[in-house]
Amino acid sequence: MKVLVPIKRVIDANIKVRVKADNTGVELNNVKMAMNPFCEIAVEEAIRMREAGTADEVIVVAVGPSQSQETLRTGLAMGADRAILIETDPIPEPLAIAKLLKAVAEKEDPGMIILGKQAIDGDNNQTGQMLAGLLNWSIGSFVSKLSVEGSTVKVTREVDGGLENIDLVAPAVITVDLRLNEPRYASLPNIMKAKKKPLDTHTPEELGIDVSPRLEVLRVLEPAGRAAGVRVNSADELVEKLRNEAKVI
Amino acid sequence: MSILVIGEHDNAALRPSTLNVVTAAKALSSDIDVLIAGSDCQGAADEAATIAGITRVLKADDAALSNGLAENMAPLVQSLAGNYSHILAPATTYGKNLLPRAAAILDVQQISDISGIESEDTFVRPIYAGNAMATVRSNDALKLITVRTTSFEAAELGGAAPVEDVSGGVDAQLSTFAGEELTRSERPELTTADIIVSGGRGMQSSENFGMLETLADKLGAAVGASRAAVDAGYVPNDYQVGQTGKVVAPNVYIAVGISGAIQHLAGMKDSKIIVAINKDEEAPIFQVADYGWVADLFEAIPELETALESNPS
Repeated sequence: MKVLVPIKRVIDANIKVRVKADNTGVELNNVKMAMNPFCEIAVEEAIRMREAGTADEVIVVAVGPSQSQETLRTGLAMGADRAILIETDPIPEPLAIAKLLKAVAEKEDPGMIILGKQAIDGDNNQTGQMLAGLLNWSIGSFVSKLSVEGSTVKVTREVDGGLENIDLVAPAVITVDLRLNEPRYASLPNIMKAKKKPLDTHTPEELGIDVSPRLEVLRVLEPAGRAAGVRVNSADELVEKLRNEAKVI
Repeated sequence: MSILVIGEHDNAALRPSTLNVVTAAKALSSDIDVLIAGSDCQGAADEAATIAGITRVLKADDAALSNGLAENMAPLVQSLAGNYSHILAPATTYGKNLLPRAAAILDVQQISDISGIESEDTFVRPIYAGNAMATVRSNDALKLITVRTTSFEAAELGGAAPVEDVSGGVDAQLSTFAGEELTRSERPELTTADIIVSGGRGMQSSENFGMLETLADKLGAAVGASRAAVDAGYVPNDYQVGQTGKVVAPNVYIAVGISGAIQHLAGMKDSKIIVAINKDEEAPIFQVADYGWVADLFEAIPELETALESNPS
């Protein structure tokens, strides 16, 4: 089975983002970028499937500017076999990304598509569910356990009340949650090898997909700040303040 | 303008998230229908009918809808969409799973996790773990929106809306519900609790979380956790508060042994009062805490319990 893994280049999760002075967005210039952490988990899972013999080819796909090649190379260094870049700048909205990925899926005919449950930039949590809808495939979202048994994909999902088990008919779209696995680091030899792996570039026009935005970002502001309060030095003082000053207990 | 609210429920009863979404809907229009799609879901539909200020409850009762599988639910939402200007669902795992699929087949760019409404087409939503707030205008004729439940009050009960049956349950035969392992607890639910006691990596073990549970029970509080504590296996996944876990906004959030990573703050910084107990006085959690107590939690928690007992409210 071929596994498609869509991945996204985002601001590194450890960087504190800054809102631009003109309130049009957040500052991306000279900011460290990295693969979205949930996408790393998706790549790891696909590679483990290939190592276990469930998958025979892992293809990483990115939608975004040409620098997304770096993110794809990271996926290749982790162990993916080849990469596809749909080059477009800026990165389109989730619906348009899902349409682009559908076009790729129709060409590549994968048995499974694994992707992160959300990207930590827009925090939309949409692309996987949309892609499954457009393809009319089954969806396993927020997955923390995954196994393939014949034409059934068994997943455990992290839901608000606990865990939920769903049996999916393959081909399926899977969006991964934090506890599915712990992604590996790429070794230096694998980083070198990744430079020689195939990376094809396409454009939305070639795929015949309109990526024009539906949403207009009117402004981006800093959130209302919280000032640090006071220090207390004992349990009695804390209880007194919670009861009589804040009146919350 | 007419609004469809997708009600979240377990067939027998309505989930409280639905009430917050109805309040968001009221900011858009007074014509609000609530969809209860499930199997043997009369109980949930009857409860939804008591939400004050809604027009009617639409009940879709079919075995294929019993577990809210997105593959079976999304076509139902699609079939109803023509009657509405907006379709709203809670930004819970239920709504997040379902609504994007419906949006895709309706060719709508969904707006996720809104925390504010400026007009019928303009909404405020957090991005980058709440480190920025984006105001976005939708140019789609139909709007599909998930609502951050903590940003809107719960709608009041006391109404008596009519319940109408709608058809539309079709098994897409793409997925089957195979069971669940829900966390059973007598404590309040995390997302609706007035008081939350939350533990982090500093708790050091699953057993030590018992201390927080004792404290929580004295306060009538729910128990939460940081990602670090969940990843370490101290508590189940549904305890997790943060950017990718649950978003909470209780009257008081007591963070114990939690350093305060931005991803955690994203899930709790709208709490009315934040208390931080941590032995590291440099921990970032103190920068957002109303009351900070630099102390070893293993001494502080028993002391706090004693103080609560000797200072009864």
